[in-house]
Formats: sequence, C-alpha cells, structure tokens
Amino acid sequence: MAKAREVLFDPVFKNNPIALQVLGICSALAVTSKLETVIVMSIALTFVTTFANGAVSLIRNHIPNAIRIIVQMTIIASLVIIVDQVLKAYAFQISKQLSVFVGLIITNCIVMGRTEAYAMKNGVFSSMLDGIGNGLGYSIILITVGVIRELFGSGKLLGMTVFKVSTEGGWYIPNGLMLLAPSAFFIIGLIIWALRTWKKDQVEED
Amino acid sequence: MLELYISIFVKSVFIENMALAFFLGMCTFLAVSKKVDTALGLGIAVIVVQTITVPANHLIYQYILKEGALSWANMPDVNLSFLGLISYIGVIAAMVQILEMVLDKYFPPLYNALGVFLPLITVNCAILAGSLFMVERDYNFGESVVYGVGSGTGWALAIVLLAGIREKMKYSDVPGGLKGLGITFIVVGLMSMGFMAFGGIQL
Repeated sequence: MAKAREVLFDPVFKNNPIALQVLGICSALAVTSKLETVIVMSIALTFVTTFANGAVSLIRNHIPNAIRIIVQMTIIASLVIIVDQVLKAYAFQISKQLSVFVGLIITNCIVMGRTEAYAMKNGVFSSMLDGIGNGLGYSIILITVGVIRELFGSGKLLGMTVFKVSTEGGWYIPNGLMLLAPSAFFIIGLIIWALRTWKKDQVEED
Repeated sequence: MLELYISIFVKSVFIENMALAFFLGMCTFLAVSKKVDTALGLGIAVIVVQTITVPANHLIYQYILKEGALSWANMPDVNLSFLGLISYIGVIAAMVQILEMVLDKYFPPLYNALGVFLPLITVNCAILAGSLFMVERDYNFGESVVYGVGSGTGWALAIVLLAGIREKMKYSDVPGGLKGLGITFIVVGLMSMGFMAFGGIQL
C-alpha cells in the first residue's frame, strides 16, 4: 500500500513531470490562458496517460522491442481520437477553443515518456496509478498557471467576475500581458524557482 | 499568387512562430538548446521533415480522409476524418524513417551530423502541429508546401537563437533554484515577447 501511495503522489511534487522531468510542456502552455480549457485539457491528459499506461503494461511482454515505439504510438493515438471525438460531441465550444491541442496529446512527451519508462517494466495496476499520478502532477502546474493567468489577465475565474475590471466600472485594471504567450513562460519559470527553493535536492548543478 | 506565398511564409516564421507563439516542440526545444552546433543540426532536420510531411499529409487529407474525398473510388459518402490523427502521426513516423534511410545511403555526412536527432523528430509536437494547422486552415497544396518550409524555419530560427543565448549565459551568476530549467523558461519568455513585436504586421 505504501508503494502504491508513493507511485501515485511522487509525480505531484517530488518528481513533477513538468518542473523536473521537463516533459509535456509542448501542448500545455498554449491552453492556459483560461481556466476552463485548462481543466478539460488536464482531464483529457490524465485519462490518456492512465489508459495508455494500463494498455501498454498489459501487453508489455508481447511487444517486440524493435517496434515498441510504433505500438505505443498507435495505442496513444487511438485513445486521443476517443477523447477528441467525445469532446466534439459533448463540449463542442471547448473543443473549438482547444483546436489542435487535443490532437497534440499524442506527441505529449509525458504520455510517451511514462509508457516507455514505467509501463514497459511494471504491472498493470501500478502503471495505471503512475499514469494518474503524472496526470495529477501535470494538472497541478497547469491549473496554477491557468488560475494566475485568467485572474490577473481578465479578472475572472471560470468566466465569473472576481475582480471587477475598470472598463465595467470596477477598480481592477487587467494586465493584458497575462493573456499573451510570454507570461506562461515567466509563470512556469517562477513556479520552478519556488519549487526548487522548497525542495533543495532538485536544484541543477552546472 | 506569389504575394500570398510570401505572406504565409513570413507569417509562419515570425508572427506565428511555432516555438515562441504556440509553445510547440518545447521538450526538444529546451533539451537540445545547450549548444549552437547541435541546435543548428536539429533545426535543419526539422525544416526538412516539416517540408516533406506537411504536403504529404495534405495529399492524404485531401484525397483519402476528407468528407467526400473518396468519390474518386465511388464512395462519396465516406468520411474518414476521424482517422486523421492516427494517419498523420503514421505518415510522420514513416517519413522520418525513410528520410533516415535515404540520408544514410546517399548523404552520409549529413546523416552523421543529424545523428540522434532524426528519430527524436517523430515526437516533436511542432511537426504534428504543422499538419494539424494545415488541415484546420484549409491550405491548398502550394500553400501547404510554403507553410511547411516556413514553420520549420521559424522553429529552427528560435532554437538556434535560444542556444546562442544559453551559451553566453554560462558566464552569468544565476540564483540557485533558477539554474538550468528555470532561467531557460524566463529567457524563452523574453524571446517570445521580442517576437510579439512582429504581431502587428499586416500582410
């Protein structure tokens, strides 16, 4: 049981996929200007990593080594197609906003990285836990960035007004930079700084 | 016609830069940008692969996957667009594989120079995104060739610039927790702000 807990929660702070393993930054940053898309993206990614890890781990002893990348890719791509179709059917607006980024989960290195590094060597149950854990680690960073960007960029959270902006007679002057691309880089850089000040062993030596 | 192509090219290199405006190919972007030489090698490989895969995927989308595209085979009602993702990634993986073999046989020096970067390109999101954007924006064949070259060039430009900055940064005194990844993010943020200056250009 202790091991299961470790597998599940290690990726959240101790071995975070974004802040430490440098995985999966690709498709992530562009969706963080609004909290709503962030949440959908996080759920989608957690779903895909969990089941991709499970499926790969299930057939890990039958995959020939030479073609394992292609096999993993096919499994991941099929799962992403499911997510994409479900989103198009039930949440069309959000799927329009996410545009190509749902498809880009395929090349999201977290999924490939975890199936390659963990699921190929471990049992089904702990592989799925590892998938959930890494999904959570990814979500936590993404949601933090999303909250900061939407709150300070437009004074809203999930579309509800928190700070009343000055154009509507309130006091808050929105920081337009927060809605643009560079702010996401700065925020993640600062999060990494904070995380590494807290957990000293993650500091890189040069 | 030429004007349209030039405008797509300039737009995809500067205004809608794959790396700095859409955050694509970030994993390799951050991992392989420590030295200018390797960054340049990877950049060229990305341009080559992007130039081949975007038009290739365009043909596949136009003549096989699109709704009604199979009418040349007497199947006008078939819509295979849900298979898009899996076929694009398949095409990309196959193209990279073929390119690797061709380079190995006919251009060994280039093959040795690119080395490990070629297989890495399969999982570079910038490549897949190029194909997806091409479909989303409904480019025709000529436009998709130009877009492939342009988006590859933009990505290559960005990674070479970042590698240059990181080489210089070795001599700077960076606070402990920011070392490595942290400061790289901040630098990329600043670069991205720089590139935003192109944003107002109307073509």
